[in-house]
Amino acid sequence: MGLGSEGSAASNGTDPPEPPFAMALNSSHPVIVADGLGKRFGDVIAVDSMSFQVRPGETVALLGGNGAGKTTTMAMLLGLLTPSAGQVRIFGADMVHDRYKVLARMNFSSPYVDLPRRLTPRENLTVYGHLYGVRSVAARVETLVRDMEMEAFVDRPMGTLSAGQDTRVALAKALMNSPEVLLLDEPTASLDPETGDRMRGYLEGYRAETRAAILLASHNMAEVERICDRVLMMRDGKIVDAGSPSALIGKYGRENLEEVFLHIARDGEVMGE
Amino acid sequence: MMGTSALRRVGAMILRHVYVLRRSWPRLLELAYWPTMQLVLWGFVTKFFMGHSSWVADAAGVLISAVLLWDILFRSNLGVALSFIEEMWSRNLGQLFVSPLRPMELIGALTFMSFLRTLIAATPAAFLALPLFDVWVFSLGFPLAAFFFNLLVMGWCVGLTVSALVLRFGLAAESLCWLGIFLVAPISCIYYPLATLPDWLQMIANALPAAPVFEGMRAVMFYGVFRWDLFWQAAGLNALYLTLASALFLKMFQIARERGLLLQQGE
Repeated sequence: MGLGSEGSAASNGTDPPEPPFAMALNSSHPVIVADGLGKRFGDVIAVDSMSFQVRPGETVALLGGNGAGKTTTMAMLLGLLTPSAGQVRIFGADMVHDRYKVLARMNFSSPYVDLPRRLTPRENLTVYGHLYGVRSVAARVETLVRDMEMEAFVDRPMGTLSAGQDTRVALAKALMNSPEVLLLDEPTASLDPETGDRMRGYLEGYRAETRAAILLASHNMAEVERICDRVLMMRDGKIVDAGSPSALIGKYGRENLEEVFLHIARDGEVMGE
Repeated sequence: MMGTSALRRVGAMILRHVYVLRRSWPRLLELAYWPTMQLVLWGFVTKFFMGHSSWVADAAGVLISAVLLWDILFRSNLGVALSFIEEMWSRNLGQLFVSPLRPMELIGALTFMSFLRTLIAATPAAFLALPLFDVWVFSLGFPLAAFFFNLLVMGWCVGLTVSALVLRFGLAAESLCWLGIFLVAPISCIYYPLATLPDWLQMIANALPAAPVFEGMRAVMFYGVFRWDLFWQAAGLNALYLTLASALFLKMFQIARERGLLLQQGE
């Protein structure tokens, strides 16, 4: 499973962005900036004063138990959900008011959304290729079919695919426009260990080649330890701790990240700096 | 004006629905089935009334033309609403709205799909009217095109309003797709003149584009006159309601973004 030859992002043929949003990925400027981000649904505070940044070439994980606020945070980063407080900037664009200036440079996958079941993977990828303004849609689809090893089912309706095949198509769709910012919610859910391992390898290669910024939510701690530079530990809508996987493991005196996760998720004491 | 990028996105959404139609011949058949059945039913009703009603006898095709035009309104509404609800059934809205697709571009694609579905639905019935009942609706000429487009646009208005409500209240409101249009059926004066309604209801009927269209149709068929005043009345009302329906859809989209509904929709 190799990286496609079409290279990264802005060079992959999507319509060129306009200044000031054309922030170069070789700069060290953060491409994702969340500042005091909050979301309230009635009396329920889903996300509370979250601030963090992600730089080009970085892979950052959002970790937390169910209901910790990971999906809500991702939805706000994508502009699908309007924050109650704070601000999200991606490539400098405010995601409430200016999201259309940068959406072509981003993408995401999530188990909470699907692709149309009556269409085949090839048809879905073609539609999304046009939506994202990819110049050579057919060529890009072929590259992704090869990279994601979808040859056997690319022309079958989505409704007939297994959960693992679905996940591969969702990842292919997320990579369709060679995004510079990639948001992944449970990216390897439903994949068998061997395919999951190859997908992780692919994402690592993609990041190395394109310097894309990747933010992922996952419950697979081994995956997070392997591919993430930093981890944001969430509980009750807040970031309660952050650091590299190895730093967090050392700080909490645990064997692995899963034990750190369980400690924090079970309302254990959060260690100070 | 819509730029080339916007047109390409609208085209992508049309392609998405064409893929579905192309693969499913039962869907295509179903589209044409109901208008054809309506035609057959009302064709025989017309045949009966020809010998029992001087009103129908004066213009043989009046009931058949009315039923075909009503079906244009009905199909146009369904064309918008069902194409939108299909995105919700397939939990695809979240994917669409994190792509560069703007809500107005989605509206553009939905209305084009409605036009396409309406043509597929109404054309076979319109042609069948000739061999079955000796009625050639195309003999109406330009007035037919004027009636068609006014009813098509009114169907868009109803379909967009229903889509906006489904976006806000979820799939629990999906039956409005089929039911909503019947709210205006009695005051659209499809099969009877506007004067049949009580005065107060005539005022309400005149505030909708359908009644002047069907009045205009009868003017052509009974007196051979195309009533421009009725045409402009319907066109003006359509412009107003299309603006309001689009604004309602955009407002519901904004509310959906505030309440996190775009990720929660689906069966």
